[in-house]
Amino acid sequence: MNATSPIIDLRDVRYSVGGRTIFDGLDMQVLRGQVTAVMGPSGTGKTTLLRLITGQATADSGSIDVAGVAVTRSSRSQLYAMRQRMGMLFQNGALLTDISVFENVAFPLREHTRLPERLIRHLVLTKLQSVGLRGAAGLMPAELSGGMARRVALARAIVMDPQILLYDEPFVGLDPISMGVILRLIRRFNDALGLTSIVVSHDVHEITAVADRVFLLSGGRVVAQGTPLELRDSPSDVVKQFVGGLADGPVPFHYPAPDYFEELLARDGGRFA
Amino acid sequence: MIRDFLDSLSESIERLGDTIRFLARILAQVPSAVLRPQLIFDQIYNAGALSLVIIMLSGLFVGMVLGLQGYDLLQRFGSEDALGTAAAIGLVRELGPVVTALLFAGRAGTALASEIGLMRATDQLSAMEMMAVDPVRRVVVPRFLGGVIAMPLLAAIFSMIGIYGAQLVGVQIMHVDAGSFWSQMQASVELRDINEGIVKSAVFGIACSLIAVYQGYHSAPTAEGVGTATTRTVVTSAVIVLFLDYLITAFFLK
Repeated sequence: MNATSPIIDLRDVRYSVGGRTIFDGLDMQVLRGQVTAVMGPSGTGKTTLLRLITGQATADSGSIDVAGVAVTRSSRSQLYAMRQRMGMLFQNGALLTDISVFENVAFPLREHTRLPERLIRHLVLTKLQSVGLRGAAGLMPAELSGGMARRVALARAIVMDPQILLYDEPFVGLDPISMGVILRLIRRFNDALGLTSIVVSHDVHEITAVADRVFLLSGGRVVAQGTPLELRDSPSDVVKQFVGGLADGPVPFHYPAPDYFEELLARDGGRFA
Repeated sequence: MIRDFLDSLSESIERLGDTIRFLARILAQVPSAVLRPQLIFDQIYNAGALSLVIIMLSGLFVGMVLGLQGYDLLQRFGSEDALGTAAAIGLVRELGPVVTALLFAGRAGTALASEIGLMRATDQLSAMEMMAVDPVRRVVVPRFLGGVIAMPLLAAIFSMIGIYGAQLVGVQIMHVDAGSFWSQMQASVELRDINEGIVKSAVFGIACSLIAVYQGYHSAPTAEGVGTATTRTVVTSAVIVLFLDYLITAFFLK
């Protein structure tokens, strides 16, 4: 259990859904105590990767180890026990819409512990304070802005004091201020609470500011990894295209299609019906 | 065409098996859900109390129609005194459970299916899974039990109001003798009539609640998926209720 041992270890993972291969020989080691970013173009299965790590989806082959648990071979109750040590921030927060902000953060405590009400109140208010939303405790999720909802979800994700925190696209659709807030919280929680964080994102500049280590996914495997600086100076075409935001390159601008002129001149237009 | 038919048949059988497996999963979680009765009470309120107005109004009108039709039919044989019996047996054994189940599917079933479907579409169910909370235990089971408990109560209320409606038309308007209306009913409605009504409404309650939570839980996580789940809830419930109604009736009359 030294500081640099991998807490999440994926080896030769294959996963396909509906005949489409998402991962083909994916290898990834996430080190304890670091903020690890997983980047890649849309549709490379970044969110699917989180679902595989948490056991919400099952890999076709390969092994996935998370904090000593073999996810691919665990029963539902073993997975639930593992998830109690993990927190996850969903893209839109995924707050329960029929209960208040306070009750949302209290939800895992009420489900898993028999703490007295006073203690629950104390824990919830301190977590809300740490994301700056103690004042919003009485609001309903529908009354929150997108950034606020995500911060409440973050408070909920850390209320059980997890070892691992997963962020699924935490910056999507946020204004620059909210984005800055979330960035700072990711770093602060990771260091103050002794977490291991995995941030799935495609916001290159935001993520390189906060990550210790970056994995770049493309075509079902890791095409590059390293510190943000190493990646910026990487000679690889895929990395250059992604970091520089170029429209065409190894990741093509065009979705695979038959020949353009032939299709325009074709008489029967029935292919799209 | 035969191939299409066979395909859709095998798909239906597959879905039936899937639904029964889902029922087994629900039943396995019932004991732990019962330990938190407040969640179930909330759902009895949602499925039952909120359906009361529509059930009572419909019961009244169905009873009034029964009073009118029954009177017209019975007076042809000069036996309009039997109106009380006819209305009570018709309501308790047949119309009460069936019409209540159809209304229940339309009012409470669709609400359940769309609520659970929207929770799926907005990742709330996944979020629960990630918090190591089984959404079947926390979301599905209380809603299922709420429906199962509420439905027989609603059917009983429907039948009661319906008998009042039949009395309203038969006795107050058509001047059937009030004494014979009530005494004939009391004399000829038997316990097995009541039992048939209770069994039917309990079975329909299980079927409608199961279909609603199954459709919601398995809906595609899109706006279209939630819409489809809601529609399927009503259509499937109606067909299944009428089919089961025949089976149970045949069983009781054998």
